[in-house]
Amino acid sequence: MTDMKKKHRSDTRMVPVPSHSIVPERDVNEIPVLETRHLGIEFGGLKAVDDFNLTIGKTEIAGLIGPNGAGKTTVFNLLTKVYEPTSGAVLINGQDLHGMSIVQASRLGIARTFQNIRLFDKMTVEENVRIGLHNQIKYDMFTGILRLPYYWKQEKRQHEQAMDLLGIFGMQDLADEVAGSLPYGAQRRLEIVRALATDPKLLLLDEPAAGMNPHETEELMENIAKIRDQFRIAILLIEHDMSLVMGVCEGICVLNFGRVIAKGTADEIQANPDVIEAYLGKKKEG
Amino acid sequence: MTKAKRKRLIYNLITFGLVVAAFFILQNMIAAKTISRSLKGQLVPICAWIVMAVSLNLVIGFSGELSLGHAGFMSVGAYTGAIVSGWLLEAFNMEDPVIRLALAILCAGIIAGIVGALIGIPVLRLRGDYLAIVTLAFGEIIRNLVNVLYVGVLDGKLHFSFLNKDLPEGVTMLVDGAKGAVKIKPISTFTAGFILVMITLVVVLNLVNSRTGRAIQATRDNRIAAESMGVSVTKYKMTAFVTAAVLAGMAGALYGLNSSTVVPTQFTFNQSINVLVFVVLGGLGNVLGSVISATFLTVLPEVLREFADYRMLVYAVVLILVMIFTNNPTTRAIANRLFAPVKALFRRKKPAQPEIGGGDAQ
Repeated sequence: MTDMKKKHRSDTRMVPVPSHSIVPERDVNEIPVLETRHLGIEFGGLKAVDDFNLTIGKTEIAGLIGPNGAGKTTVFNLLTKVYEPTSGAVLINGQDLHGMSIVQASRLGIARTFQNIRLFDKMTVEENVRIGLHNQIKYDMFTGILRLPYYWKQEKRQHEQAMDLLGIFGMQDLADEVAGSLPYGAQRRLEIVRALATDPKLLLLDEPAAGMNPHETEELMENIAKIRDQFRIAILLIEHDMSLVMGVCEGICVLNFGRVIAKGTADEIQANPDVIEAYLGKKKEG
Repeated sequence: MTKAKRKRLIYNLITFGLVVAAFFILQNMIAAKTISRSLKGQLVPICAWIVMAVSLNLVIGFSGELSLGHAGFMSVGAYTGAIVSGWLLEAFNMEDPVIRLALAILCAGIIAGIVGALIGIPVLRLRGDYLAIVTLAFGEIIRNLVNVLYVGVLDGKLHFSFLNKDLPEGVTMLVDGAKGAVKIKPISTFTAGFILVMITLVVVLNLVNSRTGRAIQATRDNRIAAESMGVSVTKYKMTAFVTAAVLAGMAGALYGLNSSTVVPTQFTFNQSINVLVFVVLGGLGNVLGSVISATFLTVLPEVLREFADYRMLVYAVVLILVMIFTNNPTTRAIANRLFAPVKALFRRKKPAQPEIGGGDAQ
C-alpha cells in the first residue's frame, strides 16, 4: 500500500451509489432483501433495462409497474439470472448474484411466478409443490430406489408440508388433479404456492391477477398480505391492475422504456406528473 | 391413501403381477414342453428388449429427451459381457455360469454407465432435435469403434488392440474385430432375464415416484420453471441418461451371452429405432406399455414368418393399426367404455367433485 501513488486516486471517478431508495420503517435496520445497483441489459444495442436501482426491505410488498414493453419482465429475468446483466449488480441479502446460475439464485432465496404460466403440466398439483420442496426436504436417489425407511419419512414430510402450503389458498382438495387441467385462476395460485415451497426470502409475482375477475383479485390481494405476514418475506409484484397495486403495495417503482421514472408510495406515484404522462400521454400545450 | 397414490399402486401391481405371471406360465410351459422351439429361443431376447424399452422410456418418456443411440449402449454391454465372461473362464477357470453371468452383467452395466456419462456430458448440453441427432451419431461411433476392437486373453491377462490385430502369439481371441465377439459360451437363462426385468422395473418405477424422478419429470415439463425452483436440469437429465445406459448395458450383456457370437452389425441405428418404436407404441412414460409392446413386437416377426416375403409389410400394417387404435380419441373412448365395468370394480365410492377455491369464472 505504501507505493500507492496519488495518480491512482486522481483517476478514480466517484459515482453515487443509489441511496435515495425507500424501505418500510420496520425494515430500516435490516439488510435489504434486494438491492440492485445500476442494473442494465442490452440486446444488440437496445437497452431493454438501463440504470435500474431498487431496494426492497426485508418484509416489504413492492410493486413494479409501467406501460407494456417497459421492461418489467426483463427486470424479473435479470433478478432470477435467466439473463446475465450487461451492467450493474444484483444483491440478494447483501450477496452478489454475479456469475450465478438460475439454480444458485433460487438457493439464495429468490422465487418467482411467470407471466405465461409455467407449471409442470403433466404432474399433479401436489407433485408441483413437491418440486418446490426439492431443496428443502431431501434424500438421495438410492434411498428412493431402495425405498429405505428414510424415504418414507421424507416423503411423509414432503406430503404434509405440500398440503400445508396448498392450504394457503384452500387447494388441498385439488392435490391429485393434473396441474395442466386446472382452471386458469387455480393455476396462477398453484404457481404462487410452488414458489413459496422453495422457502424464499423474496417472492417475485409476474402479473398474479392477470385473467382474474374483481372478486378474485380482491381475494388475491388479501392473500398476498397474508403470505407476507405469515412467512415474513418480501414480495415484488408486476401488475397492470392498479386496484391491486395501490391496494397492497407499500413501495412502487414505475418503469418506462427500461428506465425508472418514479419511485415512492402509492399516493406519491398517483400524483407524479411523469407517471401520468407515461400512462396517458402528454397534455397538449395551450 | 390419496387417489393418485392408489392409482399408482394399482398400476405398479399390475405391471409386476403381469411380468411374474408370464414368467411362471412360461416356466410351466417349458417344463411341460408345450412351448414352441422358436418361442423358447426368443425368451431371453424378449427380456433384453423389455429392459431396453423400459430404460429408453426413462430418457424419452420421463426426461423428455429423444435419444437415438440406445443400441450403442447395448453393444457396449454385449461386448463387455462377452469379454468379462470369457476372461473369467480363461483366467480363473470359473465354471459356475450363474456367478459368471452375474459378474458379466454387473460389469457391463458399469462400463455402459461410464460410456453413458462420457457421452452425456457433451450431448445433454444440446436440446431437442440437436440432441437426437448427436445421440444418433454417438450410437454409430460406438458401433464403428467396436468394429476395430481386438481383445484376447493369454495366461489370464487381457490384451487389447485397436485398429489392427496386434496381439501376442497364442492368445485366445475374445473379440475379433468385424467378426465380433467370438466363441461365447451361452450362459444367459430365462430366469436371469426375468430377474433383470424385475430389477429394471423396480429401479425405474421406484425412481419415477421419488424426489429424483419428480425432478426428472419437472425438467421435461418446463425447463425454466424447474431451474427457478432450484432443480439442476443438467444433473437430472444426466441421472436419467446414465441410469438408462446402465440398464441398456445390462440388457446387452444378457443378450450377447445368449448366443455364441456378437457382431457389431447387430446394434445398428435400426435397432435403436426399433427400441424407440417399442417405447412410442407402449406410450411415453408408460412402463407397462413398454413391457407389453417390447414383448409383442419381438414375437410378432417370428409369428409372421408364414407370410414370408410380406412379413415386414404385415409388420408395418400391424404397427400402424395398433398406433391408431391406442392413440385415436374415438377408439380410446370405445375401449374405456368397454373396460368401464371392470374399472368400477376397483373403484371406491366416488367422492364429491371438489370445489375449486375462489369460484373461477374462466
